[in-house]
Amino acid sequence: MYPPSLIEETVVRLLRDSECRLPPDVHAALRQALANEKQEMPRSQLLAILSNVDRAAERSVPMCQDTGLPIFFVRGRCDHRILESIRKGVARATEEVPLRPNTVDPVSRENFGSNLGLQMPPVHIEPADQDHLDIAVLPKGAGSENWSALRMLNPSEGMEGVRRVVIDCVVRAGSRPCPPTVVGVGIGGTADMACHLAKKALLRRLGSRSDDAALAALESQLRSQINSLGLGPMGLGGSTTCLGVLMEKAHCHTASLPVAVSLNCWAARRAFAQVHPDGRVRFSQEGFD
Amino acid sequence: MKVRRIASPISEEDARSLRAGDLVSLSGEVLTARDEAHLRILEMLKAGRELPFRLEGEAIYHCGPIMRYDEKWKVVAAGPTTSARLDRLAPEVVRRCRPRLLIGKGGMSSETLEAMREVGCAYLAFPGGAAVLAAEALPEVLDVHWEDLGMPEAVWHLRAKDLGPLVVAMDSHGRSLFKEVEDSVKERSLLL
Repeated sequence: MYPPSLIEETVVRLLRDSECRLPPDVHAALRQALANEKQEMPRSQLLAILSNVDRAAERSVPMCQDTGLPIFFVRGRCDHRILESIRKGVARATEEVPLRPNTVDPVSRENFGSNLGLQMPPVHIEPADQDHLDIAVLPKGAGSENWSALRMLNPSEGMEGVRRVVIDCVVRAGSRPCPPTVVGVGIGGTADMACHLAKKALLRRLGSRSDDAALAALESQLRSQINSLGLGPMGLGGSTTCLGVLMEKAHCHTASLPVAVSLNCWAARRAFAQVHPDGRVRFSQEGFD
Repeated sequence: MKVRRIASPISEEDARSLRAGDLVSLSGEVLTARDEAHLRILEMLKAGRELPFRLEGEAIYHCGPIMRYDEKWKVVAAGPTTSARLDRLAPEVVRRCRPRLLIGKGGMSSETLEAMREVGCAYLAFPGGAAVLAAEALPEVLDVHWEDLGMPEAVWHLRAKDLGPLVVAMDSHGRSLFKEVEDSVKERSLLL
């Protein structure tokens, strides 16, 4: 199998890349937003954001002090030892990048300083019969995570109900999740699956479309409706409130229509690695086709 | 738009001269405080104890920085946190401690705005996530209090040099830019 030290090394690199460099598609979307904004207020916010992104990349330091909780998605053939390798990588990255120690006990609020804890970091493993191992990381800050939403709709509310849930979530969150946001939506499955799908959607490249034609249409409709709200960068007004809407679905119970929304801040951080059995590792921040 | 340079500690008169929509940059002293520090401030004051730092006339920064110790403390990344999380505690902290500036992102409630109006305190919005820009404008660590709360929740006493761009988003005359945008967003959302 894959040597534990290779996985650990890969995790450190994934965290450094994701925290210090914005994915190219997100960077391009922010530059496009600046080109679209005419008013001085939203332009001042986007100029500061873009200049911050450049400085972070140049100096290889995290672009945001909230380095988030690193959520891992693993696909391929692996065994239980991978969890230990990921934990070691996270503790090392916390020291080396450095990351802010964010992980605390929910009751006592005690912070061990390592970003490790009970069930932390979250690791989602999907077994797959393939020759390489895919590891993706989505560091997610609390500013956006705190505005996550789950609604269990009546099936009769249909896609119109879904659209309303997403708009209401963006309006309720307002300035607080650091807009312009990326809006991940999970539709169907069970309550927990819908939340997972909304997160997983945030791994997708901006501009990619859902495989489901109806959802692809809803993605672009919601994107333009959200941007017509006028909330703008950092909630100070403007024409860019979201950079994209990404939807994922799973089949669900005939009596259910779960909808989950996961907002990502403008610092929509992610990184991907493909680990090959011969020890080669490919890195990307937009995924592999 | 012209950027006005201000310094903290700041007088009540100068804080009251800041108007919603103004752009400013700040030099001088800044103290970080988040949820745990706000809780402890109120706990100590209610117990009749004195705080180990002075807040009157100062700038409270809603921020949990990444710090690195290398012979001395240095700020690595220090963007603002969501100020609204502190709305439960901020009105009382503002009334008791009388800071003249709050710095954060996303704005605060009408209850906090009312306390700011009474005391003569303005809220300055720094672009969320712009942590490296902020760190570069916070070149000196003067002190740290309550390290037992953990790195993000401790009170870091910092010196700012031209920290900005800061938007006066809530002023001491009851005006909030965030509230104005939010009201119009709600209205538009009903038409969609």
